[in-house]
Amino acid sequence: MDKILEVENLSKVYGQGCSSCFDLTGPEYDTNICPNCGSVVAAHNVSFDLFKGEILGIMGESGSGKSTAVKCLYFDQEPTSGRGIFYDDDQQYDLFNLNTAQQRKLANHRFGMVYQNPHLGLNFDITAGGNIAERLLMSGVANYTGIRSRAKDLLSRTEVLTERMDEMPRNFSGGMQQRVQIAKALATQPPLLFLDEVTTGLDLSVQAAILDLIMEIQQEMDTAMIVVTHDLGVIRLLAGRTLVMKYGRVIESGLTDQILEDPQQAYTQRLVASAL
Amino acid sequence: MNDSAIHTPILRVEGYSKQFDLHEQGKIIPSSYDVNLTVYSGQLTALIGPTGAGKSTVLKGIYRTYLPTSGRLIYHTAAGHDVDLAQADEHRILALRRSEIAYVTQFLHALPRQATEDVVAQPLLLKGMDKTQARHIARDMLAAMNLPERLWGISPATFSGGEKQRVNLARGLVSRPRLLLLDEPTASLDPKTTETVVRLIENLKDEGVAMLAIFHHPELVERMADDVVELQPPVAIEKVLKEIA
Repeated sequence: MDKILEVENLSKVYGQGCSSCFDLTGPEYDTNICPNCGSVVAAHNVSFDLFKGEILGIMGESGSGKSTAVKCLYFDQEPTSGRGIFYDDDQQYDLFNLNTAQQRKLANHRFGMVYQNPHLGLNFDITAGGNIAERLLMSGVANYTGIRSRAKDLLSRTEVLTERMDEMPRNFSGGMQQRVQIAKALATQPPLLFLDEVTTGLDLSVQAAILDLIMEIQQEMDTAMIVVTHDLGVIRLLAGRTLVMKYGRVIESGLTDQILEDPQQAYTQRLVASAL
Repeated sequence: MNDSAIHTPILRVEGYSKQFDLHEQGKIIPSSYDVNLTVYSGQLTALIGPTGAGKSTVLKGIYRTYLPTSGRLIYHTAAGHDVDLAQADEHRILALRRSEIAYVTQFLHALPRQATEDVVAQPLLLKGMDKTQARHIARDMLAAMNLPERLWGISPATFSGGEKQRVNLARGLVSRPRLLLLDEPTASLDPKTTETVVRLIENLKDEGVAMLAIFHHPELVERMADDVVELQPPVAIEKVLKEIA
């Protein structure tokens, strides 16, 4: 197995920041707001690696910083400090030292992102098919028939009725919007996919179908994924390894079954004990 | 008596202990204490002892579902390396689970919407086998377990205890592991199916699979075990602390 991603000491502070931000926040202070300057420490010293085809879970409650980590990696946000290395076959990218054009190129070609909120991942002013075409165009595919048939393939793969590909995403149900988002993210067959609370807020049956789809895709395409969720069930189902975050820190990490059956930290024990 | 020359040690457990620190309740629960044993290729080592002796905890520690508190769990890999399962990198453990070490529990964890044959084929898919071939092997295994064919295409969620157990075993055996951890694999089986499982386990032994097993029935231990390790419940932690002090 080969490494596809390595993240070292990723930190993100919202606000002007001061020298005590990291020292006075975290689980032991029960806050991620710096008492000195009021900045929010969304993530501090987050480190992990990811292998090809592997699914890593990042678990935590709202505000734990779990989304911040993937948003930095997808270049939606700029980290305050830290390093991220993306290994793409024989190429190697120092993610946070790339210029904007290089970052956009990676995000469009080699990464995929599925957000909890479909408005972030989809352009609601163009059709479902158009959303996929947009991503294909950005990655350099220019022939119309090619794009159209590829969009059709992707939508049928994610079980969106292809008769509806010329409809606007706003006409779709929440679950269907997520499927279009997944199809769009997969359009360029990226080796790395970020999934940020993708099933949160959906009906249980729709959640199950989306999770099944994600598992199938992972098996078919050997896509490496980072799955951010507060849902233990999602973690159990998808992730081989899991990080647990609280107040911007990784407080525990391990094999998913070990995290769920033998959690070491008081916080994780409480989290696991409160599962339905 | 088996010829000991052809049975090489696959796993050495040295001073394994496991206790749970329950922070919320402020309690330390000892489960396994100072366990020592060796598992050989082509042989079955049985763990015996009363309820609460920490038998399952030994298996879970080896599989790393539990993080060992102390001790060494030296596994000799197919590639000829010695790996301490208590300390090994998680990627290493996941790779070993995919290709060398399997664990069959008394309980079946399966999605209520997954066909039985797919539940069984899953370890093969994880190894990278294509779906058609994996399903084919899974069906052979289910047939060997005497599970009626009409059940293969539906979810095991509604199966009886014995049927579930057979699905579970089929899944554990399908990937041809080098080390097989068995936690009461025959617990809810009728005599006929138990016989089938016994024969399967004997075949696996002949193929050189190393097994560490917990059996509910003493007569199965008698019949199948090449080596027996008896565990005692760990003394209450207060006592241990007193001894240390």
